[in-house]
Amino acid sequence: MVRLLRVLFWILIGRPLVLVVLGLNVRNHQGLPKHGPAIVVANHNSHLDTFVLMSLFPLRLLGRLRPVAAADYFLKNPLLAWFTLNITNMIPIERSRPGKLNRDADPLQESAAALKAGDVLLVFPEGTRGETEALAKFKGGVARLKEQFPDVPVIPIYMQGLGRVMPRGEIALVPVVVDVFVGDPVPWVGHRPAFTQAMEQAVVALKAQAPNRAWR
Amino acid sequence: MSNLPIIDLDMAPNVAIAIIAIYVLLVVASLFTWSLAKRRPERDYTELRQRVRTWWVIVTLFAVAIALKPIFAISLLGFVSFLAFKEYITLIPTRRADHRVLFLAYLTIPIQYYWVADGWYGMFIVFIPVYAFLLLPARMVLIGETDGFIRAAGTLHWGLMTTVFSLSHTAFLLALPQSGNPVAGGDGLLLYLLLLTQLNDVAQYVWGKSFGKHKVVPKVSPKKTVEGLFGGIATTAVVAVIAAPFLTPLTRWEALAAGLLIGAAGFIGDISVSAVKRDLGIKDSGNILPGHGGILDRVDSLTFTAPLFFHFVYYLHY
Repeated sequence: MVRLLRVLFWILIGRPLVLVVLGLNVRNHQGLPKHGPAIVVANHNSHLDTFVLMSLFPLRLLGRLRPVAAADYFLKNPLLAWFTLNITNMIPIERSRPGKLNRDADPLQESAAALKAGDVLLVFPEGTRGETEALAKFKGGVARLKEQFPDVPVIPIYMQGLGRVMPRGEIALVPVVVDVFVGDPVPWVGHRPAFTQAMEQAVVALKAQAPNRAWR
Repeated sequence: MSNLPIIDLDMAPNVAIAIIAIYVLLVVASLFTWSLAKRRPERDYTELRQRVRTWWVIVTLFAVAIALKPIFAISLLGFVSFLAFKEYITLIPTRRADHRVLFLAYLTIPIQYYWVADGWYGMFIVFIPVYAFLLLPARMVLIGETDGFIRAAGTLHWGLMTTVFSLSHTAFLLALPQSGNPVAGGDGLLLYLLLLTQLNDVAQYVWGKSFGKHKVVPKVSPKKTVEGLFGGIATTAVVAVIAAPFLTPLTRWEALAAGLLIGAAGFIGDISVSAVKRDLGIKDSGNILPGHGGILDRVDSLTFTAPLFFHFVYYLHY
């Protein structure tokens, strides 16, 4: 039942919203993983980022797509929690807060299990939507997963335009065509901080390809 | 609302014949590009063949919309305005402070096409040039961001005027009373305008490719030549005179004038969008139409020909 609802939601609302109301201009579409397990890392500006990433893949992979998102934000309201857990198939993750970190639980446990099952993780390593069209420093979770699963490809993506569609704090949706740049897999470099940095640089390099659309 | 089915039972035979003729043209174009690719396998004709294939889709969408009740064709044209305006907004720099103004600007599209469907000419003709022109800057100034105000208000209005106001004239042809064009009605006028505008683009391209030597506006569009321009206008004028008795109420001399008007205005519309793209430093306005680029690249000429042709016919026959 939930699976049916999920497929109906994406066919009737999710995809028409992304593909018709907004519109995508994807560069290097063939660079996307064809199957799981894989990790896709992208910049984050808007709640619609997840919708765009999920629309990049064929419908047959829908059941495999697992956006990783903040538990403290998405689980605080029961309706939102139901939607994100069932319709977007989200993996909730505890954002570590200084002093509040629960040292017994591994926040990446569910993500690791999903990779073992062959899912495609969609991760925003900035950890927050942040300032419109500006990249924040990447967090280290993906590097931990890569260390554990060195054979799982990590694909960088840069999206431009979503900050204009629905910036933080706005509810009106303004249609703008979204540019999506898919990069080459980021190779494991032996240790975590260097990998996180390589991942961030890969997204920055994709950003440099993006057309310069002045924004003030 | 009438209780007839959605099929437009009043479709004039001339309109049906014109649609069949356009399909014959498409078959010829497909065969031509196919044989070209066969005869010269060393050259890449992918873009040309994609372009023809996209034409099949566009023509079929319009043929179906015209065969249904006018509201379907009006909605389709409204959707074209939406896509064109969206491309324009994507390409131009906008201000963070104007987020809600842009949302309001999008709202003018369904409203403008509602006036068309309602046949309310007085409102249709002033809504964007007067009300949107005053209200959007009013919203902007109340938000209070003065940095870049005049540029933001100016670029936004230019986009609404071209992609919404101008293009909606195509749809208002369908709302004109049938009595003004007994041979083919609004459908006939719309087909006549679309056919001549697109034919003019192709004719200017072909004449330019074959005989082009002297550049017209090298700074805006280096490939446009005097030979292409005049060859295209002449071709359009000839077809305008031939097609007029089947699709329009225009006399022979009026049709000649309409053909010259569409030929010249189409050229200006084309290079205006080129100038916008050059100003912004981009090549295509988008990628929605394989082989053509964006919607703006396809309707560029129409933004100029639609209002001019509409008022030409409206003044003479309505």
